[in-house]
Amino acid sequence: MKKIEAIIKPFKLEEVKDALAEIGVEGMTVTEVKGFGRQKGHTEIYRGSEYTVDFLPKIKVEVVLGDALIDSAVAAIVKAAKTGKIGDGKVFVSEVHEAVRIRTEETGEKAC
Amino acid sequence: MKILTRNTLAPLAAVLAWLAVPGGPVSAQDAPKPEAAATAPAAPAAPAEAAPAPTAPAEPEKPKDPVADPLGYLPGLNGGTKLDLQWPVPAESKSVNPDGKDEVSMEELVNNVAHNKVSINMVWVLLTGFLVMFMQAGFALVETGLCRAKHAAHVMATNLLIYPLGMIGFWVCGFAFMFGGYFNGPVAIGWQPPFGQGLQLLNGEFSIELFGKPFGLFGTKGFFLSNDFLDTAVFALFLFQMVFMDTTATIPTGSMAERWNFKNFIIYGLWVGSLCYPIYGNWVWGGGWLAQLGINFGMGHGHVDFAGSSVVHMTGGVLALIGSIIIGPRLGKYSADGKPRAIPGHNVPYVLLGTFILAFGWFGFNPGSTLAGTDNHASIVAVNTMLASAGGALATTLWLYITTGKPDPTMICNGMLAGLVAITAPCAFVNSLASVIIGLISGVLVVLSVNFWDRVMKIDDPVGAISVHGICGAFGVLCVGIFSNGSYGAGWGGVHTLLKDGVIQTVLNDGTPEMLKKYAELTGSGWADQGVTGILGPLFGGNYADWGQLTAAFIAVVANIVFVFIAGFIWFKVSNLIFPLRSSKQDEMDGLDMPEMGVEAYPDFHLSDRTSPPVH
Repeated sequence: MKKIEAIIKPFKLEEVKDALAEIGVEGMTVTEVKGFGRQKGHTEIYRGSEYTVDFLPKIKVEVVLGDALIDSAVAAIVKAAKTGKIGDGKVFVSEVHEAVRIRTEETGEKAC
Repeated sequence: MKILTRNTLAPLAAVLAWLAVPGGPVSAQDAPKPEAAATAPAAPAAPAEAAPAPTAPAEPEKPKDPVADPLGYLPGLNGGTKLDLQWPVPAESKSVNPDGKDEVSMEELVNNVAHNKVSINMVWVLLTGFLVMFMQAGFALVETGLCRAKHAAHVMATNLLIYPLGMIGFWVCGFAFMFGGYFNGPVAIGWQPPFGQGLQLLNGEFSIELFGKPFGLFGTKGFFLSNDFLDTAVFALFLFQMVFMDTTATIPTGSMAERWNFKNFIIYGLWVGSLCYPIYGNWVWGGGWLAQLGINFGMGHGHVDFAGSSVVHMTGGVLALIGSIIIGPRLGKYSADGKPRAIPGHNVPYVLLGTFILAFGWFGFNPGSTLAGTDNHASIVAVNTMLASAGGALATTLWLYITTGKPDPTMICNGMLAGLVAITAPCAFVNSLASVIIGLISGVLVVLSVNFWDRVMKIDDPVGAISVHGICGAFGVLCVGIFSNGSYGAGWGGVHTLLKDGVIQTVLNDGTPEMLKKYAELTGSGWADQGVTGILGPLFGGNYADWGQLTAAFIAVVANIVFVFIAGFIWFKVSNLIFPLRSSKQDEMDGLDMPEMGVEAYPDFHLSDRTSPPVH
């Protein structure tokens, strides 16, 4: 059981969601986030004062899946979110120890 | 008011009875004989019979030309006929004319015309006043949009509450101080109060003697609009001038936004409406010493401010300046080494919408300042106003493209407002080219000014109020003395400048019969009465260059800065002892909405790192 955290460009959310649904992913959590990596920010002028826009808007997609699906899910996200330009984002995969579906109290892979 | 007590239903009954006659819709051929309607038959007759029956077997008449026959009776073609007046109808008019004749006396005719004129002016001043009132909404949106979300309810509340606060202050004594001596001010020969003789009630001005001349300082009539002043004309003037005052009052809420303690703001609102604004206003619009500069010292027509570049905008701008200086910059606005930081407003669409509302309200502000719907010059004022706003917005856009590469929309808004503020004083006295030029200059001026206060003086003004209203207001006042071309404002300030063959003679309206006789003789022998003229007047179609006009404008600008700056300094220092001027540091960092108002503007709003810049 693993968690995928994918930071993607906001306008790629729709494609990533569809790609994940296609390989059988049943749910996901999406958050609006801000941040920067190698893309860095840029400088603008507001009412005469310069300021840098360091944090650019991104979308974070979180999915917890059984080990069998992980590789295809990561591949699907990367394929769907790629534009080839700087700022496409990152995918992180990490171990998850436990999951509980609150309604049925199922645990483990059945719960995710 | 004899006319009003007449049987007002009689003409209506006549029209209704006539319309009820079978024969279908009225065509031009069916038009009744104009003579029948125009001359009131002496024989007693029912109102319905006063109009001939369209079915009468007469030869079909040619349609009457309504222009050739202004009293003609062509339904659907006329702008109005005597039937639309409260006119004597033959059968019922016997008791009206003392001499028993059915004809309308000249006095009644004149009274009817005069009543209509006053009514047109009244409607105009009320409607344009309502437009100016709506500018409060524009200010609220501009100022709130340029602030951060965590202060939005607070800033919006200052903009709402300034309306009742200023109004009550103006009602208590502000109106009396400003316009209590309105009727005594210097005016052109033949001037009459535009919306009724009731303005004669405002005839008390406190003056002192200086250099052997009277210096009007403040008015003394009209406190609380008491029953002695229960007059339609006085109330109309109150409404129109009240909304102007509120425009001034709401300007500092922008420059001092995000850090102004709400309780201190409340007492400020009462002060500005009751004392600060009315005193300077009296000097210009209430017949005080700045208005008297022409008649007393020969400076053009005295200080001429058509719609308030000085009275309204400069006063607000200078208050915004002194307020910002005393209250200090927002926390985090300047870095430790004094570099200004950008603190972007939270809602740019608010700012743009508010600017549109203000530009719309300006059609009340400037054209309404004719104070007379019967003064057709309002169309020129309106066009000049919109041209200057265009010049301002376009100049700012171009200037920003050249200097920074991107036209910040909030600055474009400032540019449009700068053009509007600058044209406010000269809007009636200049031509269209001058209006565009004034707009273009102020569009650049406002950008330079915003940068100057922000970077050089390190005075924090989140909305640019000091630049838009103070700097461009002063510029607009000077524009009267620069660009005016003499096409309007003859006799303004009691000064008649008469021109013939390049020679200038001045007749001052002191109300004496000798003066009137001299004026009549001169104008009768080819001397042309010149309007307000500036130093560049000849370039824009004027006949001469009047440096005195520019001198008066300059004195008015200096007087405004000195008086308002000192009054504001004293007020903010003193009021600080009653309620602290500035909100607490913690409240300011948290956002003033919750600590001071108990309500957040946007409970679900996403806060960014930029809403809380580092504090050192």
